[in-house]
Amino acid sequence: MHGYAGKILYVDLNTGKTRVSPLNMDYAKKYIGGIGLGMRLWLDNSKAGVEPLSPDNPLILTIGPISGTIFPTAGNGHAFTAKSPATHAIGEAVAHGTFGSELKRAGYDAIILKGKAEKPSYLWIDDDSVQLLDAAHLTGKSPSETEDTIKNELGDYYIRVAAIGLAGEKLSNIACIINEKTRAAGRTGLGAVMGSKNLKAIAVRGTHDIVPAKPDEFMEMVKEFNERMKGPATQKYRTLGTAENVLVHNALYCMPTRNYNNAHFEDADKVSGEVLNEKFVAKIIGCSSCAMRCEHEVVVPEGPYKGTMTRMEYETLWAMGPYCGINRLDTIIKGMELANYYGMDAISAGVTVGFAMDCYENGILTKKDLDGIEANFGNSEALIQLLEKMGKREGIGDILAEGVRIAGQKIGKGAEKLAQHIKGLEVTGYDLRCLKTAALGFAVSFRGADHNRHGAYAFDVKGKVDRLKAEKGRGKLVRDMENLYALIDSFIVCKFSRGTYYKGLADMAKLYSLVTGIEMTPEELDKSGARINTVARLINIREGLGRKDDTLPWKVMNMPIPDEGPVKGAVVTQAELDLLLDDYYDSRGWTLEGVPTAATLKELGMDSLSKIVKGKQEA
Amino acid sequence: MVKIHERKFVSADPEKCVGCQICEYICSWTKEKGFNPLKSRIRVVRVNQLANMAVTCRRCEDPPCVAACPRDALTQSEETGTILLDMDKCNGCGWCIEACDYGAIMLHPETKVVHVCDLCKDEGEPQCIKWCPEEALTLVTSDVLAQKARISAVKKLFQDAKKKK
Repeated sequence: MHGYAGKILYVDLNTGKTRVSPLNMDYAKKYIGGIGLGMRLWLDNSKAGVEPLSPDNPLILTIGPISGTIFPTAGNGHAFTAKSPATHAIGEAVAHGTFGSELKRAGYDAIILKGKAEKPSYLWIDDDSVQLLDAAHLTGKSPSETEDTIKNELGDYYIRVAAIGLAGEKLSNIACIINEKTRAAGRTGLGAVMGSKNLKAIAVRGTHDIVPAKPDEFMEMVKEFNERMKGPATQKYRTLGTAENVLVHNALYCMPTRNYNNAHFEDADKVSGEVLNEKFVAKIIGCSSCAMRCEHEVVVPEGPYKGTMTRMEYETLWAMGPYCGINRLDTIIKGMELANYYGMDAISAGVTVGFAMDCYENGILTKKDLDGIEANFGNSEALIQLLEKMGKREGIGDILAEGVRIAGQKIGKGAEKLAQHIKGLEVTGYDLRCLKTAALGFAVSFRGADHNRHGAYAFDVKGKVDRLKAEKGRGKLVRDMENLYALIDSFIVCKFSRGTYYKGLADMAKLYSLVTGIEMTPEELDKSGARINTVARLINIREGLGRKDDTLPWKVMNMPIPDEGPVKGAVVTQAELDLLLDDYYDSRGWTLEGVPTAATLKELGMDSLSKIVKGKQEA
Repeated sequence: MVKIHERKFVSADPEKCVGCQICEYICSWTKEKGFNPLKSRIRVVRVNQLANMAVTCRRCEDPPCVAACPRDALTQSEETGTILLDMDKCNGCGWCIEACDYGAIMLHPETKVVHVCDLCKDEGEPQCIKWCPEEALTLVTSDVLAQKARISAVKKLFQDAKKKK
C-alpha cells in the first residue's frame, strides 16, 4: 500500500489494551486523512450528546496520505479531533513539526483513544509495540519539559512527542497539545480532552520506509514544488512572517483592539512584524521536509524577560498585544512563552485576558475579584499575572481558564456581551465588522470563530470584494474556500504553502494520485472538501447545533467601529447575517435551517448518514 | 595518498541550517529508495530551536572508525578518503560507532551492518547538497573551512570595532 499505512490503532485507556484494524479505504478516498478522516471516525466512535470531558468522548489522532514523504510541508502534519469542551461542537486542531511523519513511519493512519487511564499515563508507540506508561513524574511539567524527559528516559533523541501542559491536566477549555516545543494543535481545547483521559503525552518512534506509488513522477513534482516554495507564493512566510499582518490589518482598520473596542491600534508600529524581525527574531527554522521554513524564533535580548525564547506569529502577537492594548513586544513574547509553558492556545488565552481587562474597565470585575490585579488595557504586568493564574487555574484564573463564553456566563453582570466568541471559541485577529466575507466564514465555521477554516478574509483584505457589503455570491466564495481549507487540513499540507499549488485542486489531485496510486480528480477532491464540511455539519446537528449557532460575537453586531477612518460605523446587522447565511446554505445544498438535504447527502455519497438529520430536512 | 587538505566532505553551516531534514529524506531516498531518516547517512540535530545542524562523515585523517574495527571491515579509500565497508566482515558490533566523535557512522536498521556517507559516488555529487533548500551544505576541504572561519572571524571583529566607534 502506498500513501496510507492502512492501519488504525485503537487504544482502550481503561484497560491499556490495544488493537489494530485495517483502514476503511472507502473512508480514506472520501475523507482523505487529517481532520476529514478524524471527524468521520469520531462520528462512528461516539454517541450523540457525549460529554466532551467524559471517557466516552474519543480523542482521534490522524495524519494524511502524504505524511512521511519529502513533499514540502506535506510530510509533517498531524490532526487531533474530538468533541470540544469549549464549543460542545466538533473540535479539531492541526499542528506541524516532526510528530506526524514519525507516526506514519510507525505504520498508522489514525489512533483512536477511548476511555480514561486510571492514573496519569503516557502512550509509547514504538512501531508495533504500544504501551501505556506511568506519567506521575511528568505531572505539572510543560509540554517541552515532558518531551525532553520522555526522550531521555526512553533513550532516543529522535523520538517525537506530543504533550499537554498543566492547562490540559487541569481541563482548561483553552488547553492545547504541543509537539516540537513550539508547535501547537491549538484550537478548541483538545488538550483538556487529552487531560480528561489522564493522558499526558503520546511518544512515537517509527522505523518503516515511506514509498510513494509513482516515485519518478513524484520526485519530479517535489523538485518543481521545492522551487515554487522559494518563490513569491511563500515570500511573506519566509521573510517577515505572518507578523507582517500587524501593519497591514491596522492600516485597513481591521485589527480588533482592546477586546473589540477599536479596530485600530495607535501603537501598532511598536509591535509590528518589522520591529519583531529587527529586534527579536534570532532564527527562522523549518518543520520536517519543508523547504520554505517559516518558524520565526524570537529571543528577548534585554530587560525583565531577557532570554525568553519562543515562536511568534501574527495571531498570538495580536491576541497578547493589540487585543489587550499592550504595546511591548518583550511582554507579548513572554506571554507567548507562558502559553506554551502551560499548554494554552495562545490565541484564546490572549483574547480571554483582553476580555478580563474589558470587564475590569467596565467595573464588572473589580481589583478584588482579580486577586489584586489592576487589569487595565495596556497593563503588561497584568497580562503576565493573568496568564500565570489561568495556566495554574488559581484565583480568577480558574474561571478565565474556561474561555470567554463560560467565564462570561459565570461572571454575569453583562460580561456575556464582552465575551467575543463564536460557538464558544474565542475570536481571532480579523475585525469582522469591516470584513463581511470573513464574517460569514467565521459564523458558519464548524469549530467556532476561526480564520483557518476558510481564509475568506483574503477576499476582503485584498480588495477583491467590497468588504463592507453583505451580498449574494459571498456564500459560494466561502463554500469554495472551506472546501479547499478542509482538504489542506486533511492531506495534511501546510496552509502557508497553499499559494504554491498554482493549479489549485488539480495540483492537489495529482499529488494525491502520485503518492497513493489512487486516481483522483479535482472534481472529486472538491466533492471530498464538501463532504468533510458536511460531515462536520452533521456532527454539529447531532450535538444540537443549528442556524442559531451560526452567529457573530455581540460587539460585531452591536458596536459599530468607532475609529475615525475608512470603516467608521461598520457593523454586521442581523439582516446582513441572515442574507449571508441564506446564500451560504443555498450554495451548500442545505435547508434554511442549515441542514443538508437528502439530495445533497446523496450526491456526496453520504446517504448512510441521513438518519442523523431525519425529520429535520424540511425546507 | 591524497593530502589531507584536498580531501572533501559535506559540511553544514549552522547559521543556515534550519533543521528541515530534507537532507535525511533525500539521502535515504537516493541510497534505499524509501523515505526514512534511520537509513540516512546524514542526520540533523536540533539542540534547541536556535541550534540546528546536519552532521555526516568528516573523512578524518587516520580515521578512528577504521582503527577501531576489530574485524578489518573498514578501510579508507586512499584516493578519496571515503570510508569503505566490507559488508561480509562487519558484524555490527558498533566499535566504530563508539570511536567516531561525530556520530557519523551508524548501524543500518535492516542490514545490521554500519553505513556511512560516500558522497553519493554513484550519483556524481552529494544529493543532500543538491537538495538543501537553504544552501547550508557544502563540499569542503579542511583548508576551505579554515579560510571561511578566518574570514568570518575577521569580519566580525571589524563589525564589532565599527559598532564601538
